[in-house]
Amino acid sequence: MMVSVILFAPLVGAIIGGFGWRIIGEQGAQWLTTGLLFLALVLSWVVFLGFDGNAYTVEIGRWIVSGELDTSWSIRIDRLSATMLVVVTSVSALVHLYSFGYMAHDDNFGDLPYKARFFAYLSFFTFAMLALVTADNILQLFFGWEGVGLASYLLIGFYFRKPSANAAAIKAFVVNRVGDFSFGLGIYALFLMTGSLTFDNIFAAASTLGGEEMRFLWRDWNAAEVIGFLLFIGAMGKSAQIFLHTWLPDAMEGPTPVSALIHAATMVTAGVFLMVRMSPVLEFAPHAKMFVVFIGATTAFMAATIGLVQNDIKRVIAYSTCSQLGYMFVAAGSGVYGAAMFHLFTHAFFKALLFLGAGSVIVAMHHEQDMRNYGGLRKKLPVTFWTMLVGTLAITGVGIPFTQIGFAGFLSKDAVIEGAFAGGGAYAFWMLVIAAAMTSFYSWRLMFMTFWGRQRGDAHAHDHAKESPLSMTVPLVVLAVGAAVAGMIWYGDFFGDVARVAGFFGAALPDGESVLEAAHHVPGWVKVSPFVAMVVGLLLAVWMYLIHTDVPAKLVAAGRPFYLFLLNKWYFDELYDWLFVRGANWVGRVLWKRGDGSAIDGTVNGISMGIVPFFTRVNARAQSGFLFTYAFAMVLGFALFLAWITLSGGAN
Amino acid sequence: MFAADFRIILPEAILAIWAMGALIAAAWTVKDAATRALTWATAALMLALALWIGTGTGVDSAFDGSFVDDRFARFAKVAILLISASILLMGEGYMTRRALMRFEYPLLIALATVGMLVMVSSGDLIVLYMGVELQSLSLYVLAALRRDSPRSTEAGLKYFVLGAFGSGLLLYGASLAYGFAGTTLFSGIIEATADGVSLGLLFALVFMMAGFAYKVSAAPFHMWTPDVYEGAPTTVTAFFATAPKMAGMALFARVMFDAFGNVTGDWQQIVAFLSVFSMFLGAFGGIGQMDFKRLMAYSTIGHMGFALMGLTAGTGLGVQAMLVYMAIYVTMDLGAFAFIMSMERDGRPVTDIRSLNLYSRERPLVALAMLVLLFSLAGVPPTVGFFGKYYVLHAAYDGGFGWLAVLGVIASVISAFYYLRIVYFMYFGRETQPLDRVMSPAAWVFVVGCAAIMVFGVVNLFGVEPAAAGAAAALVN
Repeated sequence: MMVSVILFAPLVGAIIGGFGWRIIGEQGAQWLTTGLLFLALVLSWVVFLGFDGNAYTVEIGRWIVSGELDTSWSIRIDRLSATMLVVVTSVSALVHLYSFGYMAHDDNFGDLPYKARFFAYLSFFTFAMLALVTADNILQLFFGWEGVGLASYLLIGFYFRKPSANAAAIKAFVVNRVGDFSFGLGIYALFLMTGSLTFDNIFAAASTLGGEEMRFLWRDWNAAEVIGFLLFIGAMGKSAQIFLHTWLPDAMEGPTPVSALIHAATMVTAGVFLMVRMSPVLEFAPHAKMFVVFIGATTAFMAATIGLVQNDIKRVIAYSTCSQLGYMFVAAGSGVYGAAMFHLFTHAFFKALLFLGAGSVIVAMHHEQDMRNYGGLRKKLPVTFWTMLVGTLAITGVGIPFTQIGFAGFLSKDAVIEGAFAGGGAYAFWMLVIAAAMTSFYSWRLMFMTFWGRQRGDAHAHDHAKESPLSMTVPLVVLAVGAAVAGMIWYGDFFGDVARVAGFFGAALPDGESVLEAAHHVPGWVKVSPFVAMVVGLLLAVWMYLIHTDVPAKLVAAGRPFYLFLLNKWYFDELYDWLFVRGANWVGRVLWKRGDGSAIDGTVNGISMGIVPFFTRVNARAQSGFLFTYAFAMVLGFALFLAWITLSGGAN
Repeated sequence: MFAADFRIILPEAILAIWAMGALIAAAWTVKDAATRALTWATAALMLALALWIGTGTGVDSAFDGSFVDDRFARFAKVAILLISASILLMGEGYMTRRALMRFEYPLLIALATVGMLVMVSSGDLIVLYMGVELQSLSLYVLAALRRDSPRSTEAGLKYFVLGAFGSGLLLYGASLAYGFAGTTLFSGIIEATADGVSLGLLFALVFMMAGFAYKVSAAPFHMWTPDVYEGAPTTVTAFFATAPKMAGMALFARVMFDAFGNVTGDWQQIVAFLSVFSMFLGAFGGIGQMDFKRLMAYSTIGHMGFALMGLTAGTGLGVQAMLVYMAIYVTMDLGAFAFIMSMERDGRPVTDIRSLNLYSRERPLVALAMLVLLFSLAGVPPTVGFFGKYYVLHAAYDGGFGWLAVLGVIASVISAFYYLRIVYFMYFGRETQPLDRVMSPAAWVFVVGCAAIMVFGVVNLFGVEPAAAGAAAALVN
């Protein structure tokens, strides 16, 4: 009952707020959606804290029953979904609250009401995300998966009068299609091999999958490998992993609360969730896991390098998100699923915090997003500053080495890196450590450029910069508390000793004992390496952005090609434009102009404006009004029939 | 023996005696003053007979098999009686406004109806011809009912001359059949063709089919239809478009199966040709029409093509589809004609569809009902008209005439243009002088009621489907 309320409260809010706001008013819609979200939030924490490790399922209704296929709408509560419940509802509720302040004034819409629409979209997103994480079969998961995709599309393109926002929304949708195609194939493969889409049945059949072969494309493969691989490509799209990551930075066209909720804390982690959810199958697919590790590590590194040089405050955080998602995938691929979930959990807090903080800065600076026009905002935005400082300490991983005392990111990121060393190989380990240094550098760079130094850019904007209203600062403070202590509180549960983790997750995770055990016994230099990397990044940032502020310019001048390579995001967009977009455009144009325009329209127009009127005229002429014409037609008719029946040899 | 035979034809006899008796009585007494009462009484009698016939069971034959009373005949008879009664009821307002309430009018309709009832029950070529002629002669007079109008008389004359030609073909075919089969009984003809058929009998078949095709206005025997529809008074046109078509189709099917059921392959090809030609001619011809009644003529031709598609299949399902299609078609046409009867401006009837410009603003509900009827005529889902088409297409496909079904769909798409154009005028046209508000309550009931049937009939077609199935089973075994 309680879990049903959690799932449907946001949907009710979305429907009433979205369709009924003309009746209840914009204010009413805002309060309703936010109130229902807080209800879901409270119940989610009750479920999470009260969960005893025994998974259960609440069936809501039958969905598709056709032949072998038997799926239902249901809510599956185990440790994974309970964790995701609190992550999603917490961030979502805070983002709803935050949006009161952030969306209060918007010049993009003129007189057009937009607030109720925004809140309805947010609530709809939350519903879809909850449906995704509580699914007990992969088809419902896919429903939620597509639902969040839709919400993401709607919210990225929320400023529908801005062409760039529309383009970004379309890009996000199209790039996700690539992943979803593969995800779909994965679902079909699962059904083909196991005859069921329900997780329990799939997991029960996991070990047989590992021993079976299935034909895919041109040869037979191990079934578990194929399924793991296909599902991971689906996850790559949603979670913006390298090759399918290009949509995420552009998605920053959406309002900042959206970036915090969807494109940092929740939706983009759905891919990680999928991998962890399917972990029983993944355990039998070592090659697919290696691929996951490789992609995750490469993404973490690639996104971090790009983040080094971006100037748009939201894009820096977007690449940071991309990079952190890579960490999570490395953990999942290495077999330390607890660490993956742990990082997902803590990341939700500090990344949402950073985004919302950035939103607060952006509002204060009159929607200026270029950090080169910030500077010295420490005094003017005290709450924003202090909370973002906590967020930065968390993401860079500040803490005391060899203890379990530190900000959330310290504990979870170290857990990932240790897991990567134990189960993922040297490549992943070093990539993540280097990325950690870069994370530290760009995060502090962001802080220094924004809050330290002299005021740059428009003096008017700086003069009028003032702290955001309470509705925006309260979520910041709450998230800051989470970013500070969440790691310390739940370290033992997610990444503690083997027995405790097993007790915490129950049957939701496969027996990953050996890797987890190995991760606890890595050498000391491994354990300290992320800390060292963090310090290096911090010192570099201090040196370049506080002490010798002319160094960055000199570096850029010295290594211009390299700088441009990073600034232009490794030229991925240009490459894709050249590889896919132009070809697709050409095909589209041909089909449109030649196919649709000339062939189809031409045929239809030719028939409807040439041939049909011709016959109509013929008929009109035949219909002369004279009896002999009519009689003649009848004679012709039966003469024809007589000839036909004689010649066709009917008599035989 | 005679008493038993007479009991079987009692309903037809009652109607005939009523018509003749009333004719004499009215002619000698009050004449036109009795028209209204006669109209109502005739309609009531027809409804009572429909109820009586509808509750009949079993298979009977009278006069040595020359008159058959089976489920197929009863289905057609009930339909014909209901149509005739409906025409009388809904046409009264129009006939009164046009000063056409002559006492012959309801009685001629009754006599035509008797002819149709005999047609669908015939088991013998002579009975068949008697029915056809009784029907036709009554219809000729009805077409020329407005004697002072040149167009009405022209319509009557054209119909008569071409009808005589058609009857001639039919009669010639019948005599050939007698010559080659040695009998006029259908049961005898089918025995004669049990092991092979002579070319002479096939010629007979072709001649008779040409006659039937003329009766149901299937192309290329359709050419009288637009002229007669346009010239005849609208009520009579509505009658032409519905009851004789139902009777003609039923007769067509009966002769094809009862007399020529052994040579299905031979007539199927000709019926298929009639079907295709009619569907496309109806589609192409209607596009050029701005006159609503001529447009309905082409609409009829096209719909007959679809009904013939069901017959083409040559199966029980095909006959069932044809009957269902005809039932739906007459319902749609009754509604549409009830509307056309009410189109007047400055006290004069208008039939130009452009006069309907922005009609939806004048009478929103009626316009909506017409919209439904026109969509149904065009075969747009979810109206009943779509399911009628679906039925015959399905039957044709099942009977191995996939190509015919495809052509039917194409023709249906083309013909949708002229139905939807009327909707366009009603809802998006230009501002013009509005029509008079003269719709009689009865006509209103028919327009809105038929439209409602087109919408709510999708649930179970009001039970027509099983009735048609039973009727088809009686014919095809």
